[in-house]
Amino acid sequence: MAAELERQGISTVAIQLLRKVTEKVRPPRALVVPFRHGYPLGVPDDTEHQQAVIEAALRMLEDPSLQPPAIVDYEPETEE
Amino acid sequence: MGDLSEFPFRYKLFLKAYPWRRIDPVPWTALKKPLKHSRAAVVSSAGFVQPGQEPFDESIRGGDFSFREISSDTDVSTLMDTHRSDLYDHSGLRRDPNLAFPLDRLRERVKSGRIGSLNQRHLSLMGSITAPGRLVKKTAPVAVRKLVEDGVDIALLVPV
Repeated sequence: MAAELERQGISTVAIQLLRKVTEKVRPPRALVVPFRHGYPLGVPDDTEHQQAVIEAALRMLEDPSLQPPAIVDYEPETEE
Repeated sequence: MGDLSEFPFRYKLFLKAYPWRRIDPVPWTALKKPLKHSRAAVVSSAGFVQPGQEPFDESIRGGDFSFREISSDTDVSTLMDTHRSDLYDHSGLRRDPNLAFPLDRLRERVKSGRIGSLNQRHLSLMGSITAPGRLVKKTAPVAVRKLVEDGVDIALLVPV
């Protein structure tokens, strides 16, 4: 789906749970998250946590330095 | 962790031996305008359907390659998980479908001005499709065309 979206002119970022599979399949932009299957955005009913993952994905879309295939590991921001 | 170790042995072997379809060359669309002016869509393979829609069919060999349109005004809490895989814990996303279909989260982002707008429809597909040929050749071009016609700029893809 990601490849077709990009081919038709839509920028994509895909949450991914398995780094090895991501490296084989090579979606255009992948954010690899350290969560269990069934929990792609981490924690249910935790808006802040889910938004942090989404923010990391949005930043990948904005990053002009990324080249395809772009694989980034999600790292939760530490409290300041 | 999103790691093979969480799966039963027979499935680990399957995942290791499975001939993953490699995307080559990797197509790329750079962001055309700032996010605050972009229109976003969710594409999720968690197998959710909205009330009134047919559940995904687990009996189709190789996986149900159809898709459902989820309308943007859907109450996320009414989305139904029709993915019957027993390989992952469904309790989190049944309690909070935003975990794999984050419409509420994106609505908040539109409200805060981080992204421009949410598209009127989003795509729900079935994951764990072991024979993805029909999905790639038939479903994807048709489903994506709809988002292009809607003027979607960015898509967030969420698996389970």
